Amino acid sequence: MKILVCISNVPDTTTKINFSDDAKSFVTAGVQFIINPYDEIALTRALELTEAQGGTVTVLHVGDASTEPTIRKALAIGATDAVRVNAAPRDAYFVAKQIAAYAKDQGFDMIMTGRESIDYNGSQVASMVGELLDQPSISIVKVLNVEGTTATLEREIEGGKEVITCPLPLVVSATEGMAEARIPNMRGIMSARTKPLTTIEAIDVPSLQQFVKYDKPAARSQVKLVAADDVKGLVDLLHNEAKAI
Amino acid sequence: MSVLVYAENANGKFKKSSFEVVSYGYSIAQQMGVPCVAISIGDVSNDELTKLALYGAAKVLTVNNDQMKAFVNQAYGSVIAEAAKAEGSKVVVLSASFSGKGLAPRVAVKLEAGYVDGAVSLPDMSAGFTVRKGAFSGKAFADVTLTSDVKVIALMPNAYKVVENAQSANIVAFTPNVNNNDFKTMIKEIVRAADKVSLPEAEIVVSGGRGLKGPENWGMVEELANLLGAATACSKPVSDAHWRPHSEHVGQTGIAVSPNLYIAIGISGAIQHLAGVSSSKVIVVINKDTEAPFFKAADYGIVGDAFEVVPKLIEAVKEFKSVNA
Repeated sequence: MKILVCISNVPDTTTKINFSDDAKSFVTAGVQFIINPYDEIALTRALELTEAQGGTVTVLHVGDASTEPTIRKALAIGATDAVRVNAAPRDAYFVAKQIAAYAKDQGFDMIMTGRESIDYNGSQVASMVGELLDQPSISIVKVLNVEGTTATLEREIEGGKEVITCPLPLVVSATEGMAEARIPNMRGIMSARTKPLTTIEAIDVPSLQQFVKYDKPAARSQVKLVAADDVKGLVDLLHNEAKAI
Repeated sequence: MSVLVYAENANGKFKKSSFEVVSYGYSIAQQMGVPCVAISIGDVSNDELTKLALYGAAKVLTVNNDQMKAFVNQAYGSVIAEAAKAEGSKVVVLSASFSGKGLAPRVAVKLEAGYVDGAVSLPDMSAGFTVRKGAFSGKAFADVTLTSDVKVIALMPNAYKVVENAQSANIVAFTPNVNNNDFKTMIKEIVRAADKVSLPEAEIVVSGGRGLKGPENWGMVEELANLLGAATACSKPVSDAHWRPHSEHVGQTGIAVSPNLYIAIGISGAIQHLAGVSSSKVIVVINKDTEAPFFKAADYGIVGDAFEVVPKLIEAVKEFKSVNA
């Protein structure tokens, strides 16, 4: 089985987010970057599948050279090789076009991503790649198994789940439950240094959108504390003041 | 020209989020001076379809094709894009539901449209077309300007109020060109807990954390949720420990919710959890630790032991419901 896992490089989940004074860009100074946690779930499941059934896992990332530590981390976790598309990931459409252009002639049985990146929260890339390659795509998948050339998947739906089968090739976006992320061991870290990491140039993609401004949610006013023996008082406040019940 | 809205159904019934997208689409259409057209795919009765007119659809396209009774991402995407072309739609609106999130990007690619996922307010059309969305998993908002001719928006559930804008119902059958290549996936089973409120769409959420000490103590969380018609949720340590399913995990790497009321019981309020609840309108925190960071992000709080406070709260809500039923 030949799997492509697409990873993005995102601020660590503990990061306090700040923007430039003109509100046009995210301030990256002092920020620790990691593999997008959902992408790491996809990567781990891809490794579990190829370890059990044979095959290779290639990771692809769209980003400049500063993101290479994140790519090496994916190699340390166990990916076979890596490709970096040398360009700033302008938006999801741009990234999806790069992935589709690379994957088109490579004969991957499966292309995997996380359900969304935890920075721009687009949830777009998997479906866009599926559409660009005219392949089925299944989003927000929590269980993925492959037998022969057929995948069986469980995807999240409101208040439940849907069980789906699909012939390979297909595109899958992963959510929690599909696999538990692994911590790379020393051997993995050592071997990651010498695994192939190829850099390719980006293709031109028309611009359809632009991020113009960022801001943060307004802070809440001071919390109103209710005494533990006055729970009825809380219900009154929620009904009469907050109009929430 | 028109605005096209995709109204998703579950077992032939529209969900609240479908009426939200119709209300939202109607408002955009009014601003543009064009009609709002809704499209429904699957087996939906005329009575049910008529409801879309109540919220502003001047025309309701219905696709009743045997191959498309159940959701097929690829095929539904083709149908919606085809309808958008047929109706000359410049804006296409879907719900950012689990299915919508998989579907909308395919529609956008087919229409070469700029696309915003998780929109939280109406587009600003005063200079261009700018849509506000959540970013950094609830820690921020981003304004995105769509510069393409056709635009696609997936609206965050609970972000836009359902508004009645009654139109006379005009239900029209729409027969799409069917491409067999779109039907590779096959649904084997759909499991829906009939009595459970869906978390992303819930108006009230009751959430539990490590302070509840173990899965055996969730009875009171569920009882409170049932009384309030709420969905149950949990923090990441709770789902990581398999006390509760991952589908209930609210936070930066779980589900982001925006209910009217979020009640957090025994959750300290780590930055990753706060990110997932920041768009909640009212937040109540019950925690025995006065120093819990969640109190700084809450509207109301009770410092106390959950095992004493929650049973009392259940009684107080029962009493409230008996008076205000």
